[in-house]
Amino acid sequence: MTEHLKILSIGPGASLQDRGRPGWLEYGVSRGGAADLLALAEGAALLRQSPDLAALELATMGGEFESSTDTVIALTGAPMAASLDGTTLAWNASHHLPAGARLQIGAVQKGCYGYLHVAGGFDGPAPLGARSVHVAAGIGQPCKAGDTLPLGPATSTPTAGLGLTAENRFDGGTIRIVESLQTTLFPEAERQRFENTEFRRASRGNRMGVALDGDGASFQPDGGRTVLSEVITPGDIQITGDGTPYLLLSECQTTGGYPRIGTALPCDLPKLAQAQPGTLLRFQFISQDDAIQAERHAAQDRQTLPARCQPLIRDPHKMTDLLSYQLISGAIAGDEDDL
Amino acid sequence: MTTDATPDPNTASQTWPQIRPVGVDGLLVSFADALDEAANRAALALRDDISRQNWPGVEELSTSLVSTYIRFDVITTDRAVLYQALTDLLHSRDWTKQPPPQNRRLWRIPAVFGTDLAPQLPQAAAAAGLSETEARAQLAAARVRVQAIGFAPGQPYLGQLPEAWNIPRQSQLTSQIPVGALAVAIRQLVLFSVTTPTGWMHVGQTAVRLFQPDAENPFLLRAGDEVMFQEVTPEQLTNMKTDPFGGATSEVLR
Repeated sequence: MTEHLKILSIGPGASLQDRGRPGWLEYGVSRGGAADLLALAEGAALLRQSPDLAALELATMGGEFESSTDTVIALTGAPMAASLDGTTLAWNASHHLPAGARLQIGAVQKGCYGYLHVAGGFDGPAPLGARSVHVAAGIGQPCKAGDTLPLGPATSTPTAGLGLTAENRFDGGTIRIVESLQTTLFPEAERQRFENTEFRRASRGNRMGVALDGDGASFQPDGGRTVLSEVITPGDIQITGDGTPYLLLSECQTTGGYPRIGTALPCDLPKLAQAQPGTLLRFQFISQDDAIQAERHAAQDRQTLPARCQPLIRDPHKMTDLLSYQLISGAIAGDEDDL
Repeated sequence: MTTDATPDPNTASQTWPQIRPVGVDGLLVSFADALDEAANRAALALRDDISRQNWPGVEELSTSLVSTYIRFDVITTDRAVLYQALTDLLHSRDWTKQPPPQNRRLWRIPAVFGTDLAPQLPQAAAAAGLSETEARAQLAAARVRVQAIGFAPGQPYLGQLPEAWNIPRQSQLTSQIPVGALAVAIRQLVLFSVTTPTGWMHVGQTAVRLFQPDAENPFLLRAGDEVMFQEVTPEQLTNMKTDPFGGATSEVLR
């Protein structure tokens, strides 16, 4: 049997995710992929491996896991309380996971989506060229207790005990948006009111999108025009029939008939996906040129991630993550006389 | 450039095609603002042409009813250069008069019209001002084109039916329309790839599976393909359920 990670228990909505499957839009399948792509890149950097590999996306709740083999894991995204056989593990870090040891991951402390990465990534079928589960399209299924997730071949075992200071994207804040195909259907005054409204991420939401609650604020396009169904891109903010905004995320539909007031920058999507219900969000229009600069800046930042992964500091008072260190290096086993 | 030699005075202030942004990394070329056969053909022809030119930085192409979508790599692509190339390409010819994309196929898909498998045929026929027999005959004779795929994986919007079928969608949704259902409204047919609530009227039932994620060819239909529905009996349709194509056959259009 191939080496695997066994799921002993897991919260609802957890699924394998990679960077998604581009290229099928014209067949009605949106790209999908991890809700927080930055977390995927951070895990890849910590394990010194390709950002194209699949990780386990945990939605609000964690789970209990056991590996069939000695491996190395990384934990990124929304911080969750994690422990290995009862010893606390640092988040945004890589750790040894010995065969048979019990990895426990609790509920999120903030944010929505945490990620469990393994050396070599998770293996398994890749329908339409990706391992991302796409529930809305009927590709794959969420994980459940009893599942065994096959581990991909690790080219070399990565060093455990690296840590990373992750960009905080778990507390909402200002989201940059650009004008999109239907923005001009909304009068200037409506767009300004949209920018001036403080929204809360509503309780209704999933990987397809989240509703925004603006304390009753409602927005209307000019003359209630009906629009033809047009392409949707993740980050689109559509104004539904009752005038309330709904933000579309990675598993959105490919086309839609509700007018969209603007589109969030791809590099700000992690902040939106990670906003818990009730989190405050504001939207600010920026120019296409500024948006492109922001995207390029974010891409450069992602490229520096591997260099920013540093050995966890061995402060004995803060060593809540002992298992990530090679503490017994150079020790003798006691049976050397037999050699 | 307009799609019509004599522009509608109501839209004379707008010229088609129009290029609009889709977020930071996309451009949309629209050939009309309402469903229009010529605009749909233009969108398909433009998508096909850009695909064959293999522009650097273009990551994904798709079409909707009257538009072509181009997603580009925002890191490596100069948006202004792409915008200019697109403008030049649009001005190079009348896209509404281009030949249809190559390698389109004509599909013949077996369907049961009416019966308890497709219970809304009488209601749809009445809305269209046709007898049930006439409605059956028109649906079986119609040769429709895949104008767009969307809403669900592999799910086609097929058109255009005769004017009589310009009937509204129901305001009361059908709670669950089954996979393979053929439904009608606004001179279009939708062949459902998922079980879903809908306002479209259920007039036919097929055994086709439009999306099979694990198959070598996961999608049955492509935008631009043509489709005819061949009437069969419920018993014949039952026998076709074991066939992954649901009895559908195709030939390449020359």
